Amino acid sequence: MTFRLEAAVEARGFDVSLSVGPAETVAIMGPNGAGKSTLLAVIAGLLHPDSGRAEVDGRVLFDRAGGRSAWTAPHQRGTALLAQEPLLFPHLTVLENVAFGPRSKGTPRRDAREAARRWLGAVDAGELAARRPAELSGGQAQRVAVARALAADPQLLLLDEPMAALDIHAAPLLRRLLKQVLAERRAIIITHDVLDALMLADRVIVLEDGKVTESGPTREVLQRPRSRFVAGLAGLNLVAGTLTERGVRTAAGQEFAGQHDSAMEAGAFIAGQAGVAVFPPSAVSVFLTEAHGSPRNSFPVAVTDLEPHGDQIRVRAGDLSADITPAASADLGLSPGMTVFFVIKAGAVSVYPA
Amino acid sequence: MHSRRNARRRNGALRRRRTDYTGIPSWIYAVAALGGLLVLLPVAAMAARVNWPQFIPLITSESSLTALGLSLRTSAASTALCIILGVPLALVLARASFPGQRLLRSFVLLPLVLPPVVGGIALLYTFGRQGLLGRNLELLGIQVAFSTTAVVLAQTFVALPFLVVSLEGALRTAGGRYEAVAATLGARPGTVLRRVTVPLVLPGLASGAVLSFARGLGEFGATLTFAGSLQGVTRTLPLEIYLQRETDADAAVALSLVLVAVAVTVVALSYRGPRRPGAARGSFALGGPGAVGETGTAARATAARASGGSVQ
Repeated sequence: MTFRLEAAVEARGFDVSLSVGPAETVAIMGPNGAGKSTLLAVIAGLLHPDSGRAEVDGRVLFDRAGGRSAWTAPHQRGTALLAQEPLLFPHLTVLENVAFGPRSKGTPRRDAREAARRWLGAVDAGELAARRPAELSGGQAQRVAVARALAADPQLLLLDEPMAALDIHAAPLLRRLLKQVLAERRAIIITHDVLDALMLADRVIVLEDGKVTESGPTREVLQRPRSRFVAGLAGLNLVAGTLTERGVRTAAGQEFAGQHDSAMEAGAFIAGQAGVAVFPPSAVSVFLTEAHGSPRNSFPVAVTDLEPHGDQIRVRAGDLSADITPAASADLGLSPGMTVFFVIKAGAVSVYPA
Repeated sequence: MHSRRNARRRNGALRRRRTDYTGIPSWIYAVAALGGLLVLLPVAAMAARVNWPQFIPLITSESSLTALGLSLRTSAASTALCIILGVPLALVLARASFPGQRLLRSFVLLPLVLPPVVGGIALLYTFGRQGLLGRNLELLGIQVAFSTTAVVLAQTFVALPFLVVSLEGALRTAGGRYEAVAATLGARPGTVLRRVTVPLVLPGLASGAVLSFARGLGEFGATLTFAGSLQGVTRTLPLEIYLQRETDADAAVALSLVLVAVAVTVVALSYRGPRRPGAARGSFALGGPGAVGETGTAARATAARASGGSVQ
């Protein structure tokens, strides 16, 4: 009893396969243009994939594998879509908006309204029933949109960055509401926010350039990033290269000494295999001259940016960053363009296969 | 702050014009005034020539009332036909994509640039006794040309683009996102059309229908060519006016004024904008009289603008 999808859209370089369990929420993360919205459009039936197959609980949504061409129309799929904007029908009252799904399925008007009232109550918007969408705030409208999507009783709920258009006061409220409603429900949520992935999803799938690059339980993926994108989300530095005895050697020939993962200590890794070295910016020290003393990594970088980061100063040098105190920054006299040495203790660098 | 802005909006266009920066160079107002005069002056000149003491008898003569009644009936029928045919056309043009779509759009808009007389001739060669379809219809005992049906067909032919252009603009402005959401909520395409698409573009549909009605009311060339001028059957008000002009100039002027009054009244009354009544009604008042004339390019632009403005 799962949702399974394999789909390719050639024009967009999109080729993804994934599955979602009966009460599982999966977060989709990825850079802009990675194919996240394409994925939802394919699932909802708003976009025809060139090939692939999808089914939910044994019901075929589309099947274009091996010359077959089965296609279930969007309205028969049971995949309600909640977009960034609430998209409440402006000519209907809030109550009629929420009753839209049940009405469309042939539920008598009175029962549909009854259900709509229940769902409005569930999202704490019962008092808005008689209003028009134009009379709602952004947060209220999105709550009503959640109720409308749930009232359609979807087998798979699709959420496309539902918090992105909300202001900072409305977002936490909706996040709490979604945590409640997604608990026992099958859903796919696109998000840019690590907090959403951690709070709402059981699993995260990372899309880059139309392909799945990482997937797994949210916490694990964030703790052991394998791509620069996820490392960025988790606030970690990531250096990619090939595995060596001591750590990771980059394509440029620089070696990062580090701790091989506990699972790999038995010598299970293969030298020359693709691997990554990951370390937090707080583990990076900044010096004006090369610092020696083993086991340490020390290498020259050109400072590209300085920016406040909490009560620290984040020193950016290309893809890497270091967090140092404002006092240290002042002592060093840092400014963009300067060449400094980043120094990282080998003990703070995690190394594992990519 | 917010409520004050709303209050200002409610106070109407005049106040807003005074406070907000318009970016219009002052000489534009002079040219705009000239443009307005070009439309208003002829109507005023005509009104000045009306034989007021005889006005009521002139416009209540039997032939006048017959023509007026026929005009209203046929215009209403052609507007209904425009809606029945024009809504699907606009939907297909705005939402679907298929080969030859641009060509189809060009042909739908053809009556706007075609001289109505030419349209009448084209209709005659289609539905006339020797016409493409007329020959077969004749065999079935149906004669279209020179009947009231022909009047309705001629009016629909010239008025259809007004509805299609207006509605297509509204559909494009509204976008397809509401429909997509409605579909994922389980609404079949028919339900989406009835409960989402049509209500969303209702202002555009209304504006298109009003413009079509006004255009049908003023139709002359195609009607005369294709339907002739038979009192009570095909002689609509514009034809009656043209006929009276030869014999009784006073009657022609009086009836012209009636035609203008009917057109303006219909345009002003039948449009009640749900969201921005002030702005929308303004553009319709401009669109109406322009559309009553025989050429429609200016009114077409107005139609597009009116529909765009009223849907936001």
